[in-house]
Amino acid sequence: MCQDCGCGDPEMVPVDLHARILADNDRLSAHNRDHFARLGIFTLNLMGSPGSGKTALLEATAKRLGGSLRLGAVSGDLATDRDAERLRAAGIPAVSITTGSACHLDAQMIHRSLHRLPLSDLDLFVIENVGNLVCPAVYDLGQNANVVTLSVTEGEDKPLKYPVMFAKVGLVILTKTDLLPHLPGVTVSGFAASLARVMPDPKLIPLSALNGDGLDAWISWLSASLARAHNRQSRRSV
Amino acid sequence: MHEYSIVEALISRVSQEVEAHGARGVMRVYVKIGALSGVEPELLASAYEVFREKTVCADAELNIERVEERWACSSCRQALAREAGLICPRCSTPARLVSGDEIVLERIEMEVA
Repeated sequence: MCQDCGCGDPEMVPVDLHARILADNDRLSAHNRDHFARLGIFTLNLMGSPGSGKTALLEATAKRLGGSLRLGAVSGDLATDRDAERLRAAGIPAVSITTGSACHLDAQMIHRSLHRLPLSDLDLFVIENVGNLVCPAVYDLGQNANVVTLSVTEGEDKPLKYPVMFAKVGLVILTKTDLLPHLPGVTVSGFAASLARVMPDPKLIPLSALNGDGLDAWISWLSASLARAHNRQSRRSV
Repeated sequence: MHEYSIVEALISRVSQEVEAHGARGVMRVYVKIGALSGVEPELLASAYEVFREKTVCADAELNIERVEERWACSSCRQALAREAGLICPRCSTPARLVSGDEIVLERIEMEVA
């Protein structure tokens, strides 16, 4: 019975939790992260709108790397194996995760996919998330870094419209810069100005997978990030 | 729309607590949702209405507290407004999100026999 007023209600017990609702996902993403660290793999969560050039970026990256870094990937899409097929054709070991109607990948989907990849042979593992600028930002997957592709045709104000995504990423790749001459008034500095209002430490690499502009800057960013992660890992294991 | 999967995770968390406390039912669930969390409170509320049927939350009211986004300089801690730019004008350090990314289960009010 209610202790306060004797109203006859069953006793109400408040339980204070202050816990993340996605705690189960967090546990699994931590497990994925441990797994990647043990194998010495640097993992990227690559996000961006559908058609912003995630797969094309990876194809161009594999071509430029020419085997100097061993790259593997998992591609998330609602349906089809097309992206993973394209990546395999580019020499990247890749598997698909078809989500049905789910708009994002979660840590469990990634965990299951790992058994289908030659992880111990990789230096860099890219999770090509479902094309979407909203939901993928919410789920930790165990990645070392978040990268988003934003194509020049999407508009300079995209970061202002999707602040959750852009506040969360470490790097923005501005793709399809070869189209800039056809877009009057659209400039790289316009994108940079929008980013400065949503991204605390804005990093932007303009890039064209078609003509190769910006690929060197992107590969340098990758190499530096890998080196930093390895240093941290070796300091920890000393 | 990932709010359905957030609700699924929420109800699963509540079920774990109900079991742990041997409760008969749940009366109220309190959550905190940040403005920069990527979760839309209204969509969360409608997803909850759909999902709670035939679960431990069937009779439980969902109380959503919205949390505003707040940024501060990661060095001198001065409060910064996103609209004015996320670099501290005093020490040129990038800002840090102080609050606004919460997707948090705050409290459950349960009925015990």
